[in-house]
Amino acid sequence: MPTQWAGTPCAKGNLDALAKKDAIEVEGTVIEPLPNTMFAVELENGHRVLAHISGKLRMNFIRILPGDRVRVELSPYDLTRGRITYRLK
Amino acid sequence: MAVTLKSPAEIDRMRRAGRLVAEVLALVESELKVGVSTAHLDALAEAHIRRAGATPSFKGYPGANPKRPFPASLCISIDQEIVHGIPGERTIRDGQVVSIDAGAIVDGWHGDAARTFFIGEAPAPVRDLIDTTRLAMMAGIAAAVPGAYLEDISGAVEDVAAPRGYGIVRQFVGHGIGRAMHEEPQVPNYRVGRKGRRLEPGLCLAIEPMLTMGSPDARMLDDDWTIVTRDGTLAAHFEHSIAITERGPEILTTV
Repeated sequence: MPTQWAGTPCAKGNLDALAKKDAIEVEGTVIEPLPNTMFAVELENGHRVLAHISGKLRMNFIRILPGDRVRVELSPYDLTRGRITYRLK
Repeated sequence: MAVTLKSPAEIDRMRRAGRLVAEVLALVESELKVGVSTAHLDALAEAHIRRAGATPSFKGYPGANPKRPFPASLCISIDQEIVHGIPGERTIRDGQVVSIDAGAIVDGWHGDAARTFFIGEAPAPVRDLIDTTRLAMMAGIAAAVPGAYLEDISGAVEDVAAPRGYGIVRQFVGHGIGRAMHEEPQVPNYRVGRKGRRLEPGLCLAIEPMLTMGSPDARMLDDDWTIVTRDGTLAAHFEHSIAITERGPEILTTV
């Protein structure tokens, strides 16, 4: 019986889900800015996640302020962290 | 867990565990026919292990989900399943690629081995996949000589598998074996770019390449165990537990 190689966990998911990209996209509201350009974001489902800003937003100096509606990508592996990919109007 | 070296007396006890595992694989092979259920094969294997006064290594082994330990004595992985398939009601059908992985604990020492079988007459490409996987394992074993390095085993496996265009599964690897089924060091089936540990007499390893017809990418199914190829292509898996001795590698999982 093989053992899992340290550092590369085997992704889970049934075959139907494989075609899609792994990230889950959701929308939420920025609650508060945190150090290191991280933000606490409250999702529509009420969960609070820690989100950082995508490089593209940072490159274009998109400022994120508390109260902004944002689109967040969640990793299926850690649903408590996300990545802000878009600031909604 | 640290790497442990086994004394000649301890290797002798691992030989007994290895022999039992080899017997189990031979028994399962003899019963591997169209129409038998995988649960039946598992029951045969477990009965043989228990009759010998030993314990199946896999049953109750913790996995990715701590609440779902492995429920059986064999892993039976069919077609696109690479490893860790759970035996159940499904039956063996003609034209399937069936990988059987078995492990047993004899007086506290583990043996672990696997083989892939084809049910019926294998088409040439599938035959080649299975043969290449076995050859890759044997090349890895041959490289396990005192004074060499862990990376030499990985490289030997890779050099058989990669030129033929097969995917080498990276997320699962071989391992040290002894009083625990999974001990240090991990034994990848591809070069990782570090020499790794120096091989010395007393080191016991399970060398187990897993090859696929397509992409090496693997996925875990919702049962928290079964590992499948992401692209759905066939996979093969061979494994022997070996001991490195002064004279070179010795296969423990043989009758």
